[in-house]
Amino acid sequence: MAEKKMRQIAIYGKGGIGKSTTTQNTVAGLASLGKKVMIIGCDPKADSTRLILHAKAQETVMDKVRELGTVEDLELEDVLKWGYGDVKCVESGGPEPGVGCAGRGVITAINFLEEEGAYTDDLDFVFYDVLGDVVCGGFAMPIRENKAQEIYIVVSGEMMAMYAANNICKGIVKYAASGSVRLAGLICNSRNTDCEAELIEALAAKLGTQMIHFVPRDNQVQRAELRRMTVIEYSPDHKQANEYRQLAQKINDNTMFVVPTPLEMEELEGLLMEFGIMEVDDEENIGKAEGA
Amino acid sequence: MTESAVKKVTEHSPEEIERVKEWINTEEYKEKNFAREALVVNPAHACQPLGAQMVASGFEGTLPFVHGSQGCASYFRSTFTRHFREPSAATCDAMTEDGAVFGGQNNLFEGLENAYTLYKPKMLAVYTTCMPEVIGDDLTAFIKNAKTAGHVPEELPIPYANTPSFNGTHIHGFDAMLKSILEYLTKDRKVEEKCTGKLNLIPGFDGNIGNLREYQHYLELMDIPYVMMPDISEVFDSGCDGNYKLYPGGTPLEEAAESINGKATIALQKYSTVQTMRLVNSEFSGVHEVMPMPMGIEKTDAFLMKLSELFDKPIPEALKKERARAVDAMTDAQQYLHGKKLAVFGDPDYLLGIVSFLLEMGAHPYHVVCSRATKKFKKEMDALLETSEYGKNCSVYVNKDLWHMRSLLMTDPVDGIIGDTHGKWAARDAGIPLFRIGFPIIDRVNLHRSPVVGYQGVINMISMIANKFLDIKDETCEDQWFEMMR
Repeated sequence: MAEKKMRQIAIYGKGGIGKSTTTQNTVAGLASLGKKVMIIGCDPKADSTRLILHAKAQETVMDKVRELGTVEDLELEDVLKWGYGDVKCVESGGPEPGVGCAGRGVITAINFLEEEGAYTDDLDFVFYDVLGDVVCGGFAMPIRENKAQEIYIVVSGEMMAMYAANNICKGIVKYAASGSVRLAGLICNSRNTDCEAELIEALAAKLGTQMIHFVPRDNQVQRAELRRMTVIEYSPDHKQANEYRQLAQKINDNTMFVVPTPLEMEELEGLLMEFGIMEVDDEENIGKAEGA
Repeated sequence: MTESAVKKVTEHSPEEIERVKEWINTEEYKEKNFAREALVVNPAHACQPLGAQMVASGFEGTLPFVHGSQGCASYFRSTFTRHFREPSAATCDAMTEDGAVFGGQNNLFEGLENAYTLYKPKMLAVYTTCMPEVIGDDLTAFIKNAKTAGHVPEELPIPYANTPSFNGTHIHGFDAMLKSILEYLTKDRKVEEKCTGKLNLIPGFDGNIGNLREYQHYLELMDIPYVMMPDISEVFDSGCDGNYKLYPGGTPLEEAAESINGKATIALQKYSTVQTMRLVNSEFSGVHEVMPMPMGIEKTDAFLMKLSELFDKPIPEALKKERARAVDAMTDAQQYLHGKKLAVFGDPDYLLGIVSFLLEMGAHPYHVVCSRATKKFKKEMDALLETSEYGKNCSVYVNKDLWHMRSLLMTDPVDGIIGDTHGKWAARDAGIPLFRIGFPIIDRVNLHRSPVVGYQGVINMISMIANKFLDIKDETCEDQWFEMMR
């Protein structure tokens, strides 16, 4: 039997796009397929595991470090929790807004997890749920060499979400040049905008990747969230649960890993105009107020 | 030991090693070397907090306090100890991994409390290393919070300076800390119409205690009351009487506080006192002057004449005699320095002083290298060189390091180098002497006690340079030229 290889996956995307919700529902889907998964939340807000743990917020690595005053005295069992489907959950946490260095917190937490052996051989997947913008080296830690090789970008048909996705691709190109990290696909978390699926398909094609799944908008997700649960656990027979199971299966079967080809600004705007998201306007009107 | 002390990463044939050894001395290599952008090899400057620590050490009862990592703190202390061969007291709040993530406030709280409890300083002068600067620690708030929370008494002076090592050099850290301390101590101390009658003397970043003592000597001879800020003379050159003193000297805090009502303020370096002099200009009473370091006859004269003018004191006979002796020494030794080509590297203010002295002696400053300086400095240096026939053909290199200088020495040779200890490899490779003037000097004794400013400084520099050239002549000449008299 061939040795089982752990797949490490990082989820990026514009802030507020639904990364954490999508990640947790997908992970729950993988767990329901019998896969062993660990989620590492890489965001000082620490909301990447609450639906799996049914908890308000998990005690984070950096919370414990703050309490103990040093990372050396920290034990893995202090910060590693098990949730739905035996999913292992860790949150890196970080400082209060406005002080210290949250990026360094991510680095510290991931180093700690590696040294303490959190990455056990029985795992099939490790998911990193990363803060919206890759603002500094700390938030790129999950895609450095020997960590995540696959990146999924959560996106919607809104203009700024697509801008963000394109920017993240630029970052991936940089890391892909020196390492093995690859773009594995776009996950469209629908906002019910016009021609959304076609638009994201087109964007994916330009980036050299695929739209791996189109997750339709459904309030069932919010209903499940009120109970701090994923849809998969809350209502396994609901059609939305099925969407996430499909996404999980597609990720499990995915073999399309590419170095993306990010778009120039003009190209991206052209795409948006083509789909009517942005209207063509005279160059001389740029920067003019509506009534001007 | 049979094996080489250095483990070679890649094996090369002896022929290849020989070839490269020759190649790095060529014009072709020089061009590649000067095209280098990303890498710095052996820069001739240290980082900001080192300069800040020099200032902090130079105030009475003041404990230098590093907000940041411990390794940095060790570097500053060991550099001063190696240079002055004296203990260098400083403490540190030892930020580690958790400090980097959460910010260093807790470290600062505990550090300040411990330092105050153990060492009872009259003042704690705080300056930073890279780590808290990168994460943006807010020292104004942290220090205020430390006092509010009772870690240190409300009335304890704790001035601080932001001194990121990745920006500027030791002279900028010197400036930032001095400005901060003066601003702190003189706050609300200005009294209209009041005048202390004193001179505030700011020597700038200077690791030569002999220079400071020379300034003091002049002021005492001329009977001018003064306060030197900072004054490291007793701190880093205290005598050995069997007793260790944690705070052996420094500018008295009360006198520093009163300096705002001084009769005049003179800075004897320009580039290391920019921020401080800005504060002085906007807040301090009296006359404010920024003068070049008094190296060589002309600049020493200018300093003394300025003192005479400001304080309405005649130049004492004793000083006139000192000057005459220096001029005599110059004429006696002129033939040994005249026409000699020299490479000079170091801090901007030192460079201007050394070049001025060399031009007076008819020596050629030939390569002038400053590893961190502005275009303004280059312009000033070029203008100085243009004042003399001996300054022609001299090239000034700013933001170049000592590996660049090595290329210059190999492709366009000179007779000697003037600079600090860091120049010894280049001197060895080029087979020429290094005249140690600057900071740090960590491989010779007593040079920090031997002034290079003032008239005595002229005599000292002539002795150092001329005698070395004469030594070389005696050591290398053929028998028929080996003379009793030189």
